Amino acid sequence: MKKLLDVFWTFFKIGLFTFGGGYVMIGVIHDEVVFKKKWLEEEEMLELLAVSESTPGPFSINVATYVGYKRARFWGSFFATLGVVLPSILVVTIISLFLEAFKSNLYINRFLKGISAGVGVLVFLAFFRIAKKIKINIFNGLLFVLGVVVSFFNLISVIYVLIGVAFIGILVGILKEKRRKLDDS
Amino acid sequence: MIVKLIKLFFTFFKIGLFTFGGGYAMIPMIQQELLKGSYLTQAEIIEFIGISEATPGPFAVNIATFTGVHVFSEYPLIVQILTGFTITLGLILPSFIIILLIAMFSSKIFENKYVHNALKTIPPLLVGFIFAAFLHISLTAILGHYNQEINFDYKALIIFAVVFLVAHIYKKASPIFLIILSGLLGLFIYGVF
Repeated sequence: MKKLLDVFWTFFKIGLFTFGGGYVMIGVIHDEVVFKKKWLEEEEMLELLAVSESTPGPFSINVATYVGYKRARFWGSFFATLGVVLPSILVVTIISLFLEAFKSNLYINRFLKGISAGVGVLVFLAFFRIAKKIKINIFNGLLFVLGVVVSFFNLISVIYVLIGVAFIGILVGILKEKRRKLDDS
Repeated sequence: MIVKLIKLFFTFFKIGLFTFGGGYAMIPMIQQELLKGSYLTQAEIIEFIGISEATPGPFAVNIATFTGVHVFSEYPLIVQILTGFTITLGLILPSFIIILLIAMFSSKIFENKYVHNALKTIPPLLVGFIFAAFLHISLTAILGHYNQEINFDYKALIIFAVVFLVAHIYKKASPIFLIILSGLLGLFIYGVF
């Protein structure tokens, strides 16, 4: 019960403070789940990120479901996921009911404009933190450039690129194994 | 009303099932589905994209709740709250089920050497996506949306620089602290100057 509450509350906080969606969340989730709670290893987080990009749905929900399960099986999953979406559901419901007042409130507007200006820093920090974990070589450099270009200019759906790269990874793995076998014999 | 609710539930279930990559990648499909069912107009969708950037949580979740509340606006408040909730549930159900299955069999899945090799290759690409998101978010805040004319906002640049400096000097600053700081700076800088 205490575990469930802890999971729920942690993801509620994550859900509440992630404006601007997806990539801003990585920083907040990383901070809470890897640094503070130590529910995931750095390595696991990277793997989960890759899995999450290759499965449907927003990243935060995927992470919540996964981490929740690791903590407390099905109900952990359930409460983590509920926790992460509840803040948006509450806030959006309230906003939808008072849409006109919300749009025209000067103070809310200024506060939110400030957030949209500063939130880029969070994404940059997430970028920096994750980039540090990656070996620098030509292959990885090319993948990085590919990621930036495809995503920034919205060229094709990222899922095709992900599948392609995953396939290359599998092929490289098979080739390496073959070479190892040749070296052995 | 029930029929409409079930229809919307499955529309968002479909959106949740077929949108990979999250965030902005989801917008085209959401737009298409909502216009097809004439649940929202084009203008309402564009307006809501702006509002969604200012509300916590993923865009898809936000617009699901919004649609649920908006479409049933002639009903009492409690009904609207429930429809907003139900439709959001439809959106997250596919990813919930898929990730639950992955978590349940995670030891088998992650130890499979093909899966392992595939996942090992992806991170540099993800770092690219994240960097692109950083460019997109920051440039939008400072120069305006990129399908509109350039509108240089030096106040946004100042806020960005201050938050960046604080994060650089005070390494332990939590993301939540930085978000609140950005909001307060916004209140101050857009209010005073």
